[in-house]
Amino acid sequence: MTYTFNETQMAELNRLVARYPEGKQKSALLPALHLAQDSFDGWLPTELMDYIASLLKIEPIEVYEVASFYSMFNLKPVGKFIFEVCQTGPCMISGSDDIIGYIQEKLAIKPGETTKDGVFTLKLVECLGACGYAPMMQVGKIFREHLTKEKVDSIIAEYRATVTN
Amino acid sequence: MGVKLLLDKANVPGIRTYEVYRREGGYRSVEKALKEMNPESIVEEVKKSGLRGRGGAGFPTGMKWSFIAKPEGVPRHLVCNADESEPGTFKDRYLMEFIPHLLLEGLIVSSFALGANDTYIYIRGEYAWITDILEEAIHEAKANGWLGKNILGTGFECNIHVQRGAGAYICGEETALIESLEGKRGNPRIKPPFPAIQGLWQRPTVVNNVETLAAIVPIINMGGEEYAKIGVGRSTGTKLISACGNINKPGVYEIDMTISVEEFIYSDEYCGGIKGGKQLKACIPGGSSVPILPANLLLKTATGETRYMNYESLSDGGFATGSMLGSGGFIVLDEDQCIVKNTLTLARFYRHESCGQCSPCREGTGWMEKILHKIEHGHGSIADIDLLWDIQRKIEGNTICPLGDAAAWPVAAAIRHFRDEFEWHINNPVLSQTSNFGLQHYADPIHVPA
Repeated sequence: MTYTFNETQMAELNRLVARYPEGKQKSALLPALHLAQDSFDGWLPTELMDYIASLLKIEPIEVYEVASFYSMFNLKPVGKFIFEVCQTGPCMISGSDDIIGYIQEKLAIKPGETTKDGVFTLKLVECLGACGYAPMMQVGKIFREHLTKEKVDSIIAEYRATVTN
Repeated sequence: MGVKLLLDKANVPGIRTYEVYRREGGYRSVEKALKEMNPESIVEEVKKSGLRGRGGAGFPTGMKWSFIAKPEGVPRHLVCNADESEPGTFKDRYLMEFIPHLLLEGLIVSSFALGANDTYIYIRGEYAWITDILEEAIHEAKANGWLGKNILGTGFECNIHVQRGAGAYICGEETALIESLEGKRGNPRIKPPFPAIQGLWQRPTVVNNVETLAAIVPIINMGGEEYAKIGVGRSTGTKLISACGNINKPGVYEIDMTISVEEFIYSDEYCGGIKGGKQLKACIPGGSSVPILPANLLLKTATGETRYMNYESLSDGGFATGSMLGSGGFIVLDEDQCIVKNTLTLARFYRHESCGQCSPCREGTGWMEKILHKIEHGHGSIADIDLLWDIQRKIEGNTICPLGDAAAWPVAAAIRHFRDEFEWHINNPVLSQTSNFGLQHYADPIHVPA
């Protein structure tokens, strides 16, 4: 499959590149990968990384080594919504184990898996900087905090509704 | 009520917008700095203020600034470290989310002092919505003449750019952050050369934490000497503390570093006491990397003195009986918490976040996690405790960057103060799966030898 940014996406890429001095366009790599991941299927297939390399005029390996280093870049297909649940110390002492167990039970998947309908992926992550509002998870651009089982129920229903409607 | 310099206007409705922020006296420090001062006098004021880096290391900011090289014809850069990722720390997020213009104001003044025209905010990738808030604030500031070319007719140009990271704790280390900003893996650089000489794109660069740069605003407004009068000793000014764990009122608090740890935990103005009326067992007072302290060593030092919320008092006794103020990530554990399990989650965190460059850290963090996992799940042996101790000692000080130390210290402190809890876990492999060691003697008063 080949990938091409549309006009809006290309304008955004150019805006990102313009923030750095002449010849330092590689600095735009992380923001460019965010843009690529958000613009297509939520993950970075090799062809898409190659496309970014060609746009930034760098070698494909320079993109692969960066994409594989940072935990926010997905190198495998993911569901439409990713539940990234924090499991580090402060969340753990505030009950994240129970929340993680409950989500697994509700979605019938294990961490790292995606539901059969392709809607939800469960990912366990390390500290997201919401320790005072624990337990928490990130879904897309937003943090869902002070999680309880009831809240998890309503969050799942909320996202499922956006798919079925 | 203590003195508030950063969050004093945090509750003013609409303070996030330029209009309200300006009406409340915002951007005065830029006027003062650009019109009445010069870069050298600003650095002098910051030195006089005694401000120390708020990211965790506590290095004097004015001194850091004075190291920046000024080779002819080479641009210099200021980089704001907003990669807040230390477990327990969420103060910079609060500041950027609710008072974004305070950070921008500090950045403009600091950029002027350092002679930087292009300044970058490197923000952790997960704070995506805050990136939008900052972009909006930059747009407003620019529209009102505080950014761009010829600010206030002085000829000074300043542009601020926001770059999102993508999930890597290590990028909070300043040289890893610079590598990441250059579009590379976040592998820390060997120092020297220091960023002040060769930083971003090999140009002289200063990297400062969000809170540090925000503190420049009150320092310029009130003067360094007045700022230094707040607080105590070398802990001048105010500090943001993000409190979490088993307390009644988790959140971000601004303190003037003269209050006691006991007051901070139990008074209604701050944490409001332990949740559910339980007993305090332990606390990690400055972000997950700093040594955990049992209740008795937290509220009082080993010599029986009251412990205060500042750099010196929290580190009183060294690592044997003290800890650190660190980033201000204050994690409170109640009597029901298991130290082995808590240490395991932190060891897993550091294994996950090690960049893999240095063998002691790459291998050692994995070994520590595996051994702790064994103990936590009832398969440990007493020799494992000594093995853990040995591994952490071999990591500490043997890596390019401080992540190795940060991974070693929590394990060392847990064994130092809670060894009997580890032994209990090992000697009771079945019981430890369903119950906790509890409080035991950790809250007992310290007996000071005569």
